[in-house]
Amino acid sequence: MSSHDVVITGIGLVSSLGEGPDAHWQKLTRPGIEPVLDATRFAPYTIHPLPEIDWNLQIAKRGDQRQMETWQRLGTYVAGLALDDAGIKGNDELCATMDMVVAAGGGERDEAVDSAILAASESRNDRDVLLNEKLTTELRPTLFLAQLSNLLAGNISIVHKVTGSSRTFMGEEGAGVSAVETAAARIRSGQSTHVLVGGAFQTEHSDMLLGYELAGYLHRGPWKPVWQRQGREGGGVVTGSGGAFLVLEQREHAESRGRKIYAELGPILSGRARRRRGELNGEIAALLNQAALPDGELLTISGASGAHAATAAEKAALDANPALAVRAFSTLTGHMKEAQFPFAVALAALAVDRKAGYPAFDATMERQFEGIPQAVLATAIGYHQFEGLGLIKAA
Amino acid sequence: MANFRDHMGRPIVAVTGIGVVTSLGVGKADNWAALTSGKSGIHPITRFPVDHLNTRISGMVDFLPSSSKGASPLTYELAETAAQEAVSEAGLDSGDFGGPLFLASPPVELDWADRFSLYNSDSQDNGAERLLRVARGLKELDIFETTQFGSIADRLADRFGTRGLPITLSTACASGATAIQLGVEAIRRGECDKALSIGADGSATAEALIRFSLLSALSTHNDIPEKASKPFSKDRDGFVLAEGSGALVLESLEAALARGATILGIMRGCGERADDFHRTRSKPDASPAIATVRAALADAGLGEDEIDYVNAHGTSTPENDKMEHLSLSTVFGERIGSMPISSNKSMIGHTLSAAGAVEAAFSLMTMRESVIPPTINYDNPDPAIVLDVVPNKKRNAEVGTVLSNSFGFGGQNTCLVMAREPV
Repeated sequence: MSSHDVVITGIGLVSSLGEGPDAHWQKLTRPGIEPVLDATRFAPYTIHPLPEIDWNLQIAKRGDQRQMETWQRLGTYVAGLALDDAGIKGNDELCATMDMVVAAGGGERDEAVDSAILAASESRNDRDVLLNEKLTTELRPTLFLAQLSNLLAGNISIVHKVTGSSRTFMGEEGAGVSAVETAAARIRSGQSTHVLVGGAFQTEHSDMLLGYELAGYLHRGPWKPVWQRQGREGGGVVTGSGGAFLVLEQREHAESRGRKIYAELGPILSGRARRRRGELNGEIAALLNQAALPDGELLTISGASGAHAATAAEKAALDANPALAVRAFSTLTGHMKEAQFPFAVALAALAVDRKAGYPAFDATMERQFEGIPQAVLATAIGYHQFEGLGLIKAA
Repeated sequence: MANFRDHMGRPIVAVTGIGVVTSLGVGKADNWAALTSGKSGIHPITRFPVDHLNTRISGMVDFLPSSSKGASPLTYELAETAAQEAVSEAGLDSGDFGGPLFLASPPVELDWADRFSLYNSDSQDNGAERLLRVARGLKELDIFETTQFGSIADRLADRFGTRGLPITLSTACASGATAIQLGVEAIRRGECDKALSIGADGSATAEALIRFSLLSALSTHNDIPEKASKPFSKDRDGFVLAEGSGALVLESLEAALARGATILGIMRGCGERADDFHRTRSKPDASPAIATVRAALADAGLGEDEIDYVNAHGTSTPENDKMEHLSLSTVFGERIGSMPISSNKSMIGHTLSAAGAVEAAFSLMTMRESVIPPTINYDNPDPAIVLDVVPNKKRNAEVGTVLSNSFGFGGQNTCLVMAREPV
């Protein structure tokens, strides 16, 4: 234990299961819980929709809410939950010195405008002119700001006054891994005392589904748990709306302000297997090696997406270590892309803090875990590229 | 023995390779020749029709093989071209770089050309439903990869043999500077001996232009394109959308000297501060920009009187130039009137995600060549902004230290301090 250890002092969570660490803990520890699904709105795809959210609770000004679409609103909301949980929200001094790393994709396009342009393109050959004509007259000017990746962080600065520094990492699950890794490295080296880190994903928009489906990654047909999608129709990913933000803090800083510590962040490891060369299995095994896993049974919160190849590789690598008792949370929340790794870390921290594991999320594929977890492994193996994992330890 | 640690005991970070592409050309030599002769790269848009557009000029890079292939392929080619120049200059193996990659690049979206072709390859049902059905039948990954935010960096990592998971980032117009900052910080923390930092932006599509136009951010001085970007002038009316790339090979001074590399400059300090005022406007008192400049000076261990030249953000928007003047005059006090401050954007336009990296490259060359590139189109000075903008003609000057400013939409500000010599 050292004063520069990285500890988790705030957790903000939203998924189809609800909001906040308590709601997630209660639901996820109830054996046999059913996922919240919507199989009709985007049929043939099933999604896990957002729960009812009262945006006013974290974004007081209507004007701010109006400047955002759902993705940014969601991220700003979840960030607010984490800041509240850490006792930082509203503390001007702590917010002004707080660093921030957000993992982000892009925001929502105007689907009505896009559809109208596509429909008109069927009868016109001057499509570039058509584009100019429609976009100059029909786009809402401020929508651009709701689409920009870095404006989730921008909105967090505006709404919550987090202004120490602001960085946005892009690149699907890998962005979430790098965000946590970089934030932790800043704290360990003494560059930062407290960092807000996380991401959000809003799947209830056709473009967000298209981002997966251009490579056929989405699962179709009846819903199945993450580990049971191989060989089924489609590509195995079921998406969900949600987000996860963490307040990471230098141990000394957290203790000096008397904050509750959920857990300590152990090693965070990232990698880039050249998957076309078949390196993924070996890369996951190498990351597990580097993580210096403790002896004995180890609860493992897997961010497996269900994507056939990546999920099979992860399963093989995890199965090769009989000490790992794996829980794939996307079975219950859906895949939340950039938020996937922060979400996994949050669930791992909760288990450490509450001194109990989660029951199997898929009783046919996940074995029992009865012990008190002193450490929990969190993984995020990208559905297409980039890998990461981390060890979360008792504080 | 050389001192390899800075004033805070961290490894000193040197630059050993520089690469750049702008509308002025490929490579440092062509760019520097044009930049120091006051030549503008701003020209009429030919990549797509300009019907219905208020702005019909840009600093697009139209001479690369990927220039007409869409934002993702062009951004990749810009990044690759600049990185190749930088890695070669550093004398490193361009297929086995062996350090991390930090890429500043624009957010990606499915290009309209692909949207149109996917949509019109079928005729059943409408809108998104049709696109999704066509999408899942695709046999190739090419279009998919243009929509993945990590794909350009993934390809670059393959191409240059960088180490680990590459970081792709966006801090809007400060992105290029942030990519450099991340590389500097990784070396200072001892995570690596060297890093490849790239800013690249090939996203000047019709939709991007229209989006900025709708926010009234772009110049509409279409008639004489090379005159449109006029930072600090009274009649400035917006920035000129542009493309480009800048790449730096960063190394710990110790490792660079140990392998006998030529030191092109030193990354002395980085500062950042976010603005919480507004999504597109900065705080009227310029306090975040002021804090960013001060943070960079403090990180560099330099006083206000130790900066020889400022490479301005200087976008040519009414708002930025006014705010930048306020922040600089606040930090530097009376000295501001006699400090050279010029804007590369007067010639190359605003290269957005690449700007911080492109301008860092030019800042380093300014010190090496002892020549300050001018702010061109400075015919009608703004009386409210009294600065020595190095008007219209280059200036020979010994420059030992440079402050390079980047201020982004969304309030993300980053400043870099560079020096010619290690101490």
